[in-house]
Amino acid sequence: MSENNNNDPIIVCQDVHKWYGQFHALRGIDMEVRKGEVIVIFGPSGSGKSTFIRTINRLEEHQSGQIVVDSIELTHDVRNIEAIRKETGMVFQQFNLFPHLTVLQNITLAPLQVHKWKKEKAEEIAMQLLERVGIPEQAEKFPGQLSGGQQQRVAIARALAMQLKIMLFDEPTSALDPEMIKEVLDVMTELAESGMTMLVVTHEMGFARSVADRMFFFDEGQIVESGSPEDIYNNPQEDRTKLFLSQILQH
Amino acid sequence: MEKTHTTQQATIPFWRDERVLRVLGQIIFLIAVIVFGYYIYNNMITALAKQGMTPSFAFLNQTAGFDIGERLIEYERADFNKRAVLVAVLNTVQVSIVGIILSTILGVFLGIARLSTNFLVAKLSSIYLEILRNIPLLVLLIFWYTGIFITLPRVKEAISLGTSIFISNRGMVIPWGIPTETWRAYLIVLGVGIVLSAIVNWQLNLVGKRTGRPPLVTLWTIITFLAVAIIGWIALPQSPLTLDLPTLQGLNFKGGYTFSPEYLALLSGLVIYTAAFVGEIVRAGILSVSKGQIEASRALGLNAFQTLRLIVFPQAMRVIVPPLTSQYLNLTKNSSLAVAIGYPDLFAIAGTMHNQTGRSVEVIALMMGIYLSTSLITSVFMNFYNKKIKLVER
Repeated sequence: MSENNNNDPIIVCQDVHKWYGQFHALRGIDMEVRKGEVIVIFGPSGSGKSTFIRTINRLEEHQSGQIVVDSIELTHDVRNIEAIRKETGMVFQQFNLFPHLTVLQNITLAPLQVHKWKKEKAEEIAMQLLERVGIPEQAEKFPGQLSGGQQQRVAIARALAMQLKIMLFDEPTSALDPEMIKEVLDVMTELAESGMTMLVVTHEMGFARSVADRMFFFDEGQIVESGSPEDIYNNPQEDRTKLFLSQILQH
Repeated sequence: MEKTHTTQQATIPFWRDERVLRVLGQIIFLIAVIVFGYYIYNNMITALAKQGMTPSFAFLNQTAGFDIGERLIEYERADFNKRAVLVAVLNTVQVSIVGIILSTILGVFLGIARLSTNFLVAKLSSIYLEILRNIPLLVLLIFWYTGIFITLPRVKEAISLGTSIFISNRGMVIPWGIPTETWRAYLIVLGVGIVLSAIVNWQLNLVGKRTGRPPLVTLWTIITFLAVAIIGWIALPQSPLTLDLPTLQGLNFKGGYTFSPEYLALLSGLVIYTAAFVGEIVRAGILSVSKGQIEASRALGLNAFQTLRLIVFPQAMRVIVPPLTSQYLNLTKNSSLAVAIGYPDLFAIAGTMHNQTGRSVEVIALMMGIYLSTSLITSVFMNFYNKKIKLVER
């Protein structure tokens, strides 16, 4: 539609807090994500970055603050939660494919069950997605028969099959062998170029630099610094950001 | 000059060749087993011969000469021993099947309850499991029998549930159906019901394959059968069964069907004991499905019920089935403890038959053969099911 529409934020988070018992995991996160933006979130482990993107589709409950996804507010209302889950897809570090279903069944399960599509339509779209992630020949295999990189690409296709607006990636390449990381990042890059709104928790700095619109540095449950990849790499303002970058970039 | 590799290979003496040794080892073991088995058998035959006996199953065609208190088929003391064996087998099989069904239902309930987020439900369930798992079954059976069922009020003061179920120290009497003239016709109706529900089952499975959305096949199959059964009952000119209500006459109840205190104690003991183990197996099975699976399913937009039915249960079943099979076999074998409270199961009747005929070897061999074949049949069936739900991996 109009240019204006594209600049409207699709995710709005205001002062989001989360506690695990006494532990204050998220300490007031504010973030606005516009449609089609690619956001990279990075930071030391335990900094709350995974927790944060898991609050966006309610895999974790936030205890205070506001999260609005595609103008639906995330509350205790089950209907809102399910509506938001229909708009967002998630890719996990451990793939989490369903081992008792074939690749094709993994991808068509949610469209059949949630969108109530016809099987022909669901399978046709599933095959198109498998083409897109480059492994159509694996359709009839079970996840246990695929390599890690192939499994993660199936997981991406499975999420895309729901025809959603937002993709959440929770360290999608951390469990992969080095030679498989590229094949997954290639798929993600292509997805970013197609205009998908993406929130990616990752330490793949090459990917971040070439694909991200904005980057957020998390530490101790807070956003320490944010900005364009150029700003973050070439001109970090905070000492913690500088220290962290120097540690991960020296290799 | 050095010897070549191949000539060395060719000159290995056979007693150092691992391929020969492997086969030889098996042959020697087999011979040892046969020799030992023959020695034992010969020993037994000689011992029997000294007492002037040769092993024979001819006693099966002799009059039994003892009564059996509970039976599913007609039997009198004048019947042959083989009839008595059949009565015994049916008693054991009946209590095992009913026990397996009830302990599965109770066990699944307990297993799910223990995982409940409701504190009270979860705690009560774990207390039940911890106590019942840790009491020997024999103690439990004696407790149910001497502590509960035979200390119930006498017949005259029987506890009544509703108007026609009575519980006393002689067991539980419930109303029972007596076949009328239309019973045979109704059996045909039930047969039609089975056929129809099988067709519905088959068709729904096809629908599931075609649409990729498996309907609730089992539920609809059962509904079809019940619908036919109910329509048939109403449509027949006379209802196929008339209710036989138990009434107190003199010192006992007349009419209805009586479950003896022995049967009730055995069934309760077996069910309550086995259910504790089934509960733990179900809990372990559900917990074996990783949290990531549930998260992935919820993130895709499947609701809690769809997640449980399509993601958790299919994966939990492959963990549940093998140990569940063991529990079913245990329950069947444990039913032989019935002898302690006087329920005429296979073991109890075999004991009586041994006393009557003096044929210890044959009676025990027969009994072991029957227990073994029941267990093997259960095993084969469960293994078949297990294979069907197994995961494909590299």
